Amino acid sequence: MEIPEIVGAGLIVIGAGLGIGRIGGSAMEAIARQPEATARIQTAMLIAAALIEGIGFAALFAK
Amino acid sequence: MTSKITALFAFTGMLLFGTPVFAQDHGHKEIHQEEQHLEHDDHPNHADNHEFEDDSSDIKAVVKETIAHHLADSYEFHVTDGVGFPLPVILLDDGLKVFSSSRFGHGHSVAEVNGSHYVLHHNKIYKTDANGSLSFDEHHHPTNAIPLDFSITKNVFMILVMAVFMVVLFGRMAKSYGPDKTPKKAGRFLEPIVIYVRDEIAIPNIGEKHYKKYMSYLLTVFFFIWFLNLVGMTPLGINVTGNIAITFSLALMTFIITQVSGKKDYWMHIFWMPGVPVVLKPVMAIIELIGLFVKPFSLMIRLYANMLAGHVVLMSIIGLIFVFGSWLVSPAFFGLTLVLSLLELLVAALQAYIFTMLAALYFGSAVEEHDHH
Repeated sequence: MEIPEIVGAGLIVIGAGLGIGRIGGSAMEAIARQPEATARIQTAMLIAAALIEGIGFAALFAK
Repeated sequence: MTSKITALFAFTGMLLFGTPVFAQDHGHKEIHQEEQHLEHDDHPNHADNHEFEDDSSDIKAVVKETIAHHLADSYEFHVTDGVGFPLPVILLDDGLKVFSSSRFGHGHSVAEVNGSHYVLHHNKIYKTDANGSLSFDEHHHPTNAIPLDFSITKNVFMILVMAVFMVVLFGRMAKSYGPDKTPKKAGRFLEPIVIYVRDEIAIPNIGEKHYKKYMSYLLTVFFFIWFLNLVGMTPLGINVTGNIAITFSLALMTFIITQVSGKKDYWMHIFWMPGVPVVLKPVMAIIELIGLFVKPFSLMIRLYANMLAGHVVLMSIIGLIFVFGSWLVSPAFFGLTLVLSLLELLVAALQAYIFTMLAALYFGSAVEEHDHH
């Protein structure tokens, strides 16, 4: 793998990590505000995380 | 009645689509990348996997090749050295030819069947002459003819085993309901999951009116992916959902069911989006059309990449034990592998859930009826 490919892969991972991290963060804030809605928030968080991971993997595999 | 037909369609579709689409998969990217490191090694022997030399780059090549062999589909069920059985090879080349893959002799001998000769080169079957000669082009790819391949490979065999297992499991569970409507034995574990799929995945996304038609497909897909992911976690080297042809078939069937069940509102929203100025409508149509194909494509890639990446990472960390070869760091790698395997178990169930939920979402958007203001 040459340098541009490695840099590209790193950027993709940074993007995916930032996205999922933000979702996790706001999910935690929401759970802290309303603990009884934890199950639904968790579900929505997992769905969003899986979608972002899908984009990340698609980009990685298309390189 | 329609749900039974959907279930039958889903099963036969999975079996039929999985076989030929894999067998003509010429562009398996992972394998090609590994193969370019081993251009000089024409006959990857199984015995080589256990010979470690002092040259560390050689170890890395051996590890990579072991991983590639572990994750790729193959024409025989090879558990370990000496334990395994060959699978039938079914070719359609001037007539149906069925023979056992043991005739290939692990890729060393030429299989002669009714006058035609076939040879196995890097896990693909090529038609050749009695000497087994292959002509290569400049990228070291053979240019021989490739027969139509409907073989029962390892992945197809596992799909069939899983299909039989699921039919037996859920059939017996369904019959075990007595007059008191409480589940027995395995039903006690599976019934909450089935109810979860119905109440949290199907009804919220598809709606009360139409969800029953799609329940059988959603349940099938959920348990199929989940059980196959779990089977892939065993060390038998059965990597079904990490095979892009399998996930392609699943995504294709979801796509077909979505389009077939699309109502007028669905097509209107794609091609002639209401509530948008006429000038923008063609632009929206193109964007929606692209989205129409991107959604099942992302289903395919998501499952494939998650499973394959998980397996590759796990096996690479185990391979690191051999690359470093020191007693000190090996327990650390072992612990890391253990933790990551636990994560992979979660990912197995999560990916099944995500696939099912997105499929339900697409079905819901196809059948929903708005009341337009």
